[in-house]
Amino acid sequence: MNERDLKEKAQILDDKGMRRALVRIAHEIIERNKGVENVALIGVRRRGVPLAQRLAKYISDIEGTTVPVGILDITLYRDDLTTLANQPQVHQTEVKFPVTGKKLVLVDDVLYTGRTVRAALDAIMDLGRPEVVQLAVLIDRGHREIPIRADYVGKNVPTSRKEVISVRLTEIDGEERVVILEGTE
Amino acid sequence: MFWQRKDLLGLRQLTPEEINLVLDTAVPMKEIIGRKIKKTPTLRGRSVVTLFYENSTRTRSSFELAAKFLSADTVGLSASGSSVAKGESLRDTGLTLTAMGVDVVVMRHPASGAAEYLARCIPAAVINAGDGTHEHPTQALLDMFTIREKKGSLAGLKVAIVGDILHSRVARSNIWGLTKMGAEVRVVGPATLLPPDIEQMGARVYTEVEAALEGVDVVNVLRIQLERQQQGLFPSLREYSRLFGINQKRLELTAPDALIMHPGPMNRGVEIDPQVAYGNRSVINEQVTNGVAVRMALLYLLTGGEHNAISH
Repeated sequence: MNERDLKEKAQILDDKGMRRALVRIAHEIIERNKGVENVALIGVRRRGVPLAQRLAKYISDIEGTTVPVGILDITLYRDDLTTLANQPQVHQTEVKFPVTGKKLVLVDDVLYTGRTVRAALDAIMDLGRPEVVQLAVLIDRGHREIPIRADYVGKNVPTSRKEVISVRLTEIDGEERVVILEGTE
Repeated sequence: MFWQRKDLLGLRQLTPEEINLVLDTAVPMKEIIGRKIKKTPTLRGRSVVTLFYENSTRTRSSFELAAKFLSADTVGLSASGSSVAKGESLRDTGLTLTAMGVDVVVMRHPASGAAEYLARCIPAAVINAGDGTHEHPTQALLDMFTIREKKGSLAGLKVAIVGDILHSRVARSNIWGLTKMGAEVRVVGPATLLPPDIEQMGARVYTEVEAALEGVDVVNVLRIQLERQQQGLFPSLREYSRLFGINQKRLELTAPDALIMHPGPMNRGVEIDPQVAYGNRSVINEQVTNGVAVRMALLYLLTGGEHNAISH
C-alpha cells in the first residue's frame, strides 16, 4: 500500500502534542529507572531513530546527564522475508556501546502487530545481554499479533486495520505531526 | 531499487545501480562480522552449496562463512571425491542438487561460461566464484568495496592492475566493474600476458610498470598463476619480479595514499615485495574481511522472493 494513494482522515497529534508526549515519556523513563544511570536508548530504523535522539535530549535537559543512543536496523531479523517479493534494503545497525548490563529503552514510532518489536528484541540479544529492555512508542494503535506491550506510550489510538498511522518527523518528512490515513476506494 | 536477478554470473551485465546496491548492502553485513555473536537468522532454512571444480581456500571458506553467519545451511562439494570424478556432467550435478532442495549454488569451474550454462539448467540461484579466465565477480566486488570504503567513492580514481592479465578473471571482472563506476583502469604486465582485446573493455594498456603506476590511487597486484605458466610466456620468475614486481621504490611513483591490494594467495618476493605486502598501505587483510561481507550481501539479495526473475 502506498501512502500517496491514501487520503488523510484525521490528525492525531500536532507538533506541540508530540513534544508534550515525548517530554512526558522522558520523565517516565527517568522515574521508572530511578535516574538514568546505565540507561541507553535504541531507536528502531527509521522513525524510531530521531524519536530516540529527541528523548535523549529531553532526558539530558531534565537530568543533566547524556544517555547513549544506538540505531537498530531490524531488516535481517524480519519474519516475513520469505514472503516478500523482493529483499528489502538492509541498513546499518550502529550501537557503539556494549549493551550487556544496560537498561535499554527501545524506541519506535508506532506499535501495531508487535512483529517489529519481536525482531528488534532478537537483534538486541545478538548484540549482548542487557539487564532489562523496555519499550517506548509514540503511538500504540492496537491489533497485536504477538504478546508484546509497551512500557511508555505517547498516545493510544484505536484504529481499524484498514487505516494507516503516519508519523511525520521534521528530520525525515519535513513536517511534525501524526495523522490517520485511509484508502480512497 | 531492488535486486531482480536470479544469478550473479559476472560484472559485465550489471548496472552501476546494481553494483551500488551490493556494495551498500555489504556495509551492514560487515558490522555483523565485527560482533561477538556473528549470526543473524536471515537465511534460516535456506541451503547453499559450494561446488568447486578448482582448488580454493579463501573464496570457498569466505562463501561458507558468509552463508553460516546468515544462518543458511551449507554443503561443500569438490570435483575430486564427488560424482564428478565418476564422470557426471555439470548439468546432471546441478539437477541432482536442485532435487535435494538447494537454493544457491556457488560454483568455481575451469571452463569460461560454465556458471552461465549451469544457471540456465537449474532454477536455483547461481553465483560465479570464478569460471576459467572469464570472470570472478565476487572478488571484483570486494575489491571495489574495499576501495570505496577507503576512498569514499570509485568515480575518478586511477586503478592499476599489475601482472598476468591474460589468465586473470579477477582483472576482467575488475575492469568491467571499475569502468562502470567511473574509475580509470590501467593494466600492465609482460606483453605476452596482455590479451589483445583488453583495450576494448575500457582499460588503458601499459607495458612499463613505472608509467602505469604514475599517480595511481590503487595498485591491484595479481598473482602470477604458477599453474598456468608452463607455456614460456615470460623467461623466469626472477625476471618478472625485476621488471614488474611491486616494491617500495616503485610505490613512490603512485599517489602518496595509494592502496595496495592483492586477491591472494600471494607469491611473496615474486609479484609483491613482503615489505609492501605487510606495509601500512596494504589493505590485503581487509580485503579478506570485506570478501565475507560482500558475499553475505549477495546471498541475501539472491535469496529474495519470486521477483528475482531476470535470469541473465
